[in-house]
Amino acid sequence: MMSPEVRAARSAKFARRNAVNQLATGLALSAMAFGLIWLFWILWETIHLGVGGLTLSTLTEMTPGPNEDGGLLNAIYGSLMMVGLATFVGTPVGVMAGIYLAEYDRKSWFANVTRFVNDILLSAPSIVIGLFVYSIAVHPFHTFSAVAGVLALSLIVIPVVIRTTENMLQLVPEGLREAAYALGTPKWKVILSITLKAARTGVITGILLAVARISGETAPLLFTALSNQFWTSSLTQPMASLPVTIFKFAMSPYENWQKLAWAGVFLITLAVLGLNIMARVLTRAK
Amino acid sequence: MQVADTQALKTKLSVKDLNFYYGKFHALKGINLEIPEKKVTAFIGPSGCGKSTLLRIFNRMFELYPEQRAVGQVLLDGEDLLSSKEDVALLRAKVGMVFQKPTPFPMSIFDNIAFGVKLFENLNATDMEERVEWALRKSALWTEVKDKLHQSGSGLSGGQQQRLCIARGIAIKPEVLLLDEPCSALDPISTAKVEELIVELKDDYTVVIVTHNMQQAARCSDFTAYMYLGDLVEFGPTEQMFFKPSRKETEDYITGRFG
Repeated sequence: MMSPEVRAARSAKFARRNAVNQLATGLALSAMAFGLIWLFWILWETIHLGVGGLTLSTLTEMTPGPNEDGGLLNAIYGSLMMVGLATFVGTPVGVMAGIYLAEYDRKSWFANVTRFVNDILLSAPSIVIGLFVYSIAVHPFHTFSAVAGVLALSLIVIPVVIRTTENMLQLVPEGLREAAYALGTPKWKVILSITLKAARTGVITGILLAVARISGETAPLLFTALSNQFWTSSLTQPMASLPVTIFKFAMSPYENWQKLAWAGVFLITLAVLGLNIMARVLTRAK
Repeated sequence: MQVADTQALKTKLSVKDLNFYYGKFHALKGINLEIPEKKVTAFIGPSGCGKSTLLRIFNRMFELYPEQRAVGQVLLDGEDLLSSKEDVALLRAKVGMVFQKPTPFPMSIFDNIAFGVKLFENLNATDMEERVEWALRKSALWTEVKDKLHQSGSGLSGGQQQRLCIARGIAIKPEVLLLDEPCSALDPISTAKVEELIVELKDDYTVVIVTHNMQQAARCSDFTAYMYLGDLVEFGPTEQMFFKPSRKETEDYITGRFG
């Protein structure tokens, strides 16, 4: 039997612990509320002002001059084109480099240096990448171009994809690899059919998050693809994109441009939201 | 070491002066052992004694890790598999392995089994279906999965997954089957099923099993090897090992006074 003194001491300690627990829970809740308020405010403003500026002509007409009617078609096309091409270029490079680091070379100095450089690239401000691509792909040719924009965006995609691919492959249990080798499976097939397959949702999620990241990038495009008021599908000419158009229109004094800028913001938010939800659904549906 | 009475039996695997190193650590010390064909041979001993290490030499699994090294000979039907120039994949087709944890591949039950078969044989669809059914029947899993062959292998219970791994191993028709503590992650009912299976498998295969479970060794093996700290202490028919071992150390371990 527990003596009354021990019982009293225990319940006093428990009351104290309970109070601390409630205080900590309260602090955590208010921190969460603080974070969420801003997030919902941004979403609310985006939807509120964005939907206001959104009409059918936004999706079917070219960017207008000041105080003229028009839409964002060339900017939407440019964004889809450049983001799509950058993903198309960056994904295979990133996935293959990630495979190399996770499956072929985990510990050598070469792998470690690659990993370190990749981490720097991953956290490099995108304006640095924009300026770099400007100096190698814009300046020498004396023209801004969509190709330069694609190059800059792929340089942002690659490190993200390398990191996620490597991490996801490393999460595949060693036992699964050994089991595949034990059947006499050659290494390339172990990677393609077993480890990459086991890690595929994670790898795809990484790619989607990279796409979400570059679809809002402005700085690298400002130095490379610049913008274009007219329709162009030529990759060697300057090309409009949503972020750069938003940047240009939102800062302008013209009301119709400002409205279109909000519509563009809404479209990008919608796309990024969609990509994130897709990534979520993929990781959950194992 | 006492020489076991294996004269009448054909030797499948013959280990000669085998030493093994993890980097600088000397994990197996001069092992000599003859594993008879179409019998179940069990390796027992306390953790870290080298029994799994020895097993992983038989299919050259250790070669995945560059710091691991085997010195000596392991003859499979008289040919040294360690110095062989033959592709390691062909060796592993002859010497299959099942691991401690069930490792279903991320694909359907059917494909889990067809995967290995496709590496070595070009079967048409009907032959492949027959082979998959044969392997699943052989591993006592057919009745439980025949209606869901195209569902994911990871949806099965632990015991079913382990039998799926055994089915996958025998589907490529190996000659030797290595089992590395195949029941340690299973409940008693699944364990009983796998043990029954092991006894049946010896009609066609040479089975080598590593186990921590002394009763398991006693129940399903014909020969037992007791290992301690990288040495093979004693090897002989299981009955003799359990009822009148010739070494004091073996008796102490088996009776639970040590280990």
